[in-house]
Amino acid sequence: MFIVKHKKIFISISVALVLLSVISLFAFGLRVGIDFKGGALTEVVYKTNRPTQSDLDSAFKKLDFGSVLIQPTGELGYIVKSLDLNETQHILLLKTLSLGHSPTGEAQNGKNPLEEKNFNSIGPSVGRELTRKAIIAIVLVSLAIILFIAFAFRKISQPISSWKYGFMAIVSLLHDVIIPIGIFSILSNFYGAEIDTLFVVAVLTIIGLSVSDTIVIFDRIRENLRNKIENSFGETVGKSLDQSYMRSIFTSLTVIIVLLSLFFFGPESTKYFALMLTAGMFFGTYSSIFLASPLLVLIEELQKKK
Amino acid sequence: MRSIAGRCGPPKQSKLATGQKKMIKKLISIIIVLILGSAVAFFVFKSEPKLNSNFENQSSFLKNFQFRLGLDLSGGSHLIYKADVSGVQAGEVSVSMDALRDVIERRVNLFGVSEPIVQVQSSGFVSGEEEKLIVDLPGVTDVEKATAMIGQTPLLEFKIEAPKDTLKTVKVGKNGEVDLGSIDLDQQFVSTELTGRYLQKASLEFDQTTREPRVSLQFDETGTKFFAQITKNNIGKMVAIYLDGAPISTPVVREEIPNGQAVISGSFTPTEGKLLVGRLNSGALPVPITLLSRQTIGATLGTDAVTAGVKAAIIGFLVVALFLILWYRLPGLIAVVALSIYITIMLALFKLLPVTLTAAGIAGFIISIGIAVDANILIFERLKEELHSGRTIANSVSAGFSRAWSSIRDSNLSTIISATILFWFGTSLIKGFALTLGMGVLISMFSAIMISRIFLSGLIFVGEGKIARFLFSSGISK
Repeated sequence: MFIVKHKKIFISISVALVLLSVISLFAFGLRVGIDFKGGALTEVVYKTNRPTQSDLDSAFKKLDFGSVLIQPTGELGYIVKSLDLNETQHILLLKTLSLGHSPTGEAQNGKNPLEEKNFNSIGPSVGRELTRKAIIAIVLVSLAIILFIAFAFRKISQPISSWKYGFMAIVSLLHDVIIPIGIFSILSNFYGAEIDTLFVVAVLTIIGLSVSDTIVIFDRIRENLRNKIENSFGETVGKSLDQSYMRSIFTSLTVIIVLLSLFFFGPESTKYFALMLTAGMFFGTYSSIFLASPLLVLIEELQKKK
Repeated sequence: MRSIAGRCGPPKQSKLATGQKKMIKKLISIIIVLILGSAVAFFVFKSEPKLNSNFENQSSFLKNFQFRLGLDLSGGSHLIYKADVSGVQAGEVSVSMDALRDVIERRVNLFGVSEPIVQVQSSGFVSGEEEKLIVDLPGVTDVEKATAMIGQTPLLEFKIEAPKDTLKTVKVGKNGEVDLGSIDLDQQFVSTELTGRYLQKASLEFDQTTREPRVSLQFDETGTKFFAQITKNNIGKMVAIYLDGAPISTPVVREEIPNGQAVISGSFTPTEGKLLVGRLNSGALPVPITLLSRQTIGATLGTDAVTAGVKAAIIGFLVVALFLILWYRLPGLIAVVALSIYITIMLALFKLLPVTLTAAGIAGFIISIGIAVDANILIFERLKEELHSGRTIANSVSAGFSRAWSSIRDSNLSTIISATILFWFGTSLIKGFALTLGMGVLISMFSAIMISRIFLSGLIFVGEGKIARFLFSSGISK
C-alpha cells in the first residue's frame, strides 16, 4: 500500500527523470554512426610504436580525403573515421597511417608497420536504407505491442476500461525508452558513443522487456480484481503491488545481472548496448511498479471525481 | 481469503501403493531428463575442437557440428554490391538477380573460402529501391584480391594464325640469332568471332593415356558453327586459346570439328584446371555491379570478442545461479539445473540448425539466460505464496505452476513479438540477435516449466517436515 499511498512522489520522480532525459537529448544531441549516415571506420594497431596524432593529421591534410577524424585506441592503435572509401583510397589511407612515403609505395610497409583490425566502409545509400528499416521496425514493434496489450487486457473493464491499461503500459514503455536514450546522449557527448544498429536493437528490446514486466503486475491486478479481494480499486492495486513487486524486481534482477556481466566482461562491440539495456531494464522495473500501476489508481480517482 | 482446501488427510493403505507408483514414475522421468540433458551436453562438448582435446580423432558426424561464427567473430569480409538492373526488363529482374547470385557464388567458391554466403536483397518497401547483392567471405581479409576476383569476367578467346605475309617483328641478338623470347605471339594470331560467350559448358577431364588434366569445352549452337568454320579453314594450322588476353593453349587442328567440342590441354595442374573450369563455367555477369560498402574484421578482433562473450556468459550464469540457490533454496537449485539444461539445449541447437553466431547473437543468448529464469521466479514466488496460505508442499507446487502460467505466457509473448519483428526486418547483425533471443525465450518457457516441474514434483517426497518447508520457502521468510 505504501506505493499507492505515495504515488504522487513516485510519479513525480519518473516525470523528472523523463524531463531530464529530454533536456539532455536536446542539449547534447546524439552522434549518428556510420551505420546510418555512411562513411568509413578504420581501426589499426601498430606493431611497435604508433606515430603521434599530429604527424598523422598533417599527413592526412595533404590528401584529398575530406574531414578525417583520428582517435587513439588501446596502447598502440588508432581509429580513423572518414567518408566512405573505395579500395584505392583505402590502400592510400593505410599507407598514410603507416607514414610510408617510400617510392615503392607498398601499403603497410612504411616507417610504422601496422595491422588493420577492422575496416568498415558504408556507402550513403546503405545508410539510408538502414535508417528506413530502423524506423519501420520501431513503428511496427510499437504497434504490435499496443495491439498485444489491448488483446491481453480485453477481458477486464471494471472499474477502468481495458484500453487504459494498454495506455498506461505504453506510457511506462515510453518512460523506459526515453530515459536510456537520455543516458545515451550523455555517453554520446562525453565518451563519443554513436547511434548504430545495436542502438536500435537495444531500443526495440527494451520495448519488449518493459512491457513484459508491466504485464506481470497488471496480470496480478487482473486476477485480484476478478477475485474481489479488496473493496476499492486503489486498495486492490496496492495489494497486487505488495504481492508482486518482489518477483518483478527479481525477474529484472537476473536479466540485469547477465547484462552487467556482458557490460563488464563482454565484447567491446556490445558494451554500450549492454549499458543501454541495463538502464532500460532498471527503469522498466521502476516504471512497472512505481509508475504504471500508481497511474492506474490516479486515473480511477480522477474518474470518480467526475 | 482462500480456503485451505488442499490439505489431504493421511493416505489410506490402498492409495499408498498407487502413490508409490506415482513417485517411482516421477523419479524415472527425473532420471530420463538428466540422462537426456547430459547426452546433449556431451554432444556439445565433443563436437567443439576447443573443448575436446581429442577432436581430430572424432567421427565426421561430430566434426560437422562446430559452432558457426559470424564474420565479426571469425574475421572476414562483408561486401554489399549494388546491381545495375536498369538494362533489365521489369519482369526479369529477380531472374537476373538470381543468375547474378549464382555466378558470384561460383566465383567465390573458387577461392576456396569456407562457407561463403551470397545473397540477393531485392528492392522493396523495406529495403529500398536498389537491388543488392551481399557477399560474406569468412576468413578473407585481403578484400582487394577478393573484390577483383568477384568482379572479374574471364575472357576466353579463340584466335587463328595470321596470314603468312603479315609482318612480324623480332629482335635479333648481338650474335645474329633470333631472340625467341621477343616473338610477340599477339602478332601471330588474329581474333575470331568465337569467344567464351558461346560456351555452353566446360569440364575437367584427364587424358586417358598421359593422365594429364585437360579442360573440355562444349559450345552452344552458334559457337559450334563458328568452331566448325574455324577448324575447317585452318586444318594443319594452330588455333590459339586465349584466357584473359594470354594464350593458354595452342593446339594444331587436324580435322574439321563439327560437334562443337574442343579440348584445352595446357600444362596445368589439376587444381589450375579446376579453377579454369570454374571460371569458364561461371561466365559473365548478367548485370553490372558496383561495390557499395564493405567491412573487414581482423581475426584477432573476432577472437577477442568470442573470448569476452564466453567469459561474460559464464560469469553471468554463475552469478544468476548463486542468486537462485541462495534466495530460493531447493527450488532455486532445481532452477539452476533447468537453466543448465536450457543452456545445453540452446548450444546444441546453435550447432544443429545451425545458427551463425555474431557478437550481437551471443549478447542475445546471454540476455536469454537472464530471461530464462524469469518463469522460474514467477513460479517460485507463487509457490511461496501458496505455502504461506497453508497448503501442503505438493499442492503448492502444482498451484504455483498453474497460476503463474498466464503471467509467464503474456510476459514472454511481448519479447517474442519484438524478436520476430526484429528478425523480419533486420540486417544480418540484428537477425543474429533476434534469433538467439527469440529462440531463447521459446526454449526457456519449455525448460523452466517442463523441466522444473518434473524435478519439483519429483522431489516432493522430502515430506512435510520443518526442514522440507524451509527448503521450499525462499528469501528471508521463515
